[in-house]
Amino acid sequence: MIAAILAGDTQLYHQLIQPYERSVYMMALSYMKNEADAEDVAQEAFLKAFHHLASFRSESKFSTWLVGIALNEARSRLRRDGVLRMDSLDDTREDGGHVSPAVLRDWREVPSEALQRKEVRQMLQKAITGLPEKYREVFILRDVEEMNVFETAAALSITVANVKVRLHRARLMLQKQLSPVLKNINPKRGWIPWF
Amino acid sequence: MVLNCKHVWDWISGYLDDTLPLETRKFVQNHLDHCEICSAILDSTRNILILTADELIFQLPVGFSERLHARLDQEMTG
Repeated sequence: MIAAILAGDTQLYHQLIQPYERSVYMMALSYMKNEADAEDVAQEAFLKAFHHLASFRSESKFSTWLVGIALNEARSRLRRDGVLRMDSLDDTREDGGHVSPAVLRDWREVPSEALQRKEVRQMLQKAITGLPEKYREVFILRDVEEMNVFETAAALSITVANVKVRLHRARLMLQKQLSPVLKNINPKRGWIPWF
Repeated sequence: MVLNCKHVWDWISGYLDDTLPLETRKFVQNHLDHCEICSAILDSTRNILILTADELIFQLPVGFSERLHARLDQEMTG
């Protein structure tokens, strides 16, 4: 399909990108943190991908390539606005990065029907978007968009080892933040009082 | 090898992804069989991952696709 688009059948580009709209938007949202800016970044990313389609190499996955473009677009905007900070490149070391989970004695499963409630959805959204950037981007690609570790590493230009370390920490950060609150949810009756 | 809870916490993500070496996985499983705290931590983490992966959490804005393809049309033909 890419060859046909490059040969002039540009309308096929609409079809080509449809399966990746959500992943690109999510990558943008993980950086921009508001829907309007994320949508703008996603649109720019798809446009840049179209204009640079000839540079796509088939040995990489198209989704990974697209997400990489979205990431660069988001980062360049944040850099332009002076809000992008540099993270450590090496997360495999032990010092300073250990995350402990919330300690519980038991856990009663919160069913997916709890997500019908807006306040529960907002709580989860807030926890994810509130993760530090380097953990948030890995978590979203791996656990929300379900990319594998190799695709995630390629999209973010980091090592597979760093993907695993960051994902582990992101998951424990979310467990630490969310489990004490979620355990007080009764999906049918609403919140159980703390006291 | 003596396992305590903190070692198991370091392996929770690998355990959930089933990427631990077989021997490590067995040690973790054995610990989980006897430790209610680590079992609760594992169960809560797994539960939270199921909830956060649900498509209801993050949805494309209404009209996202229409606006995207309209802009692409405009720029690709312009």
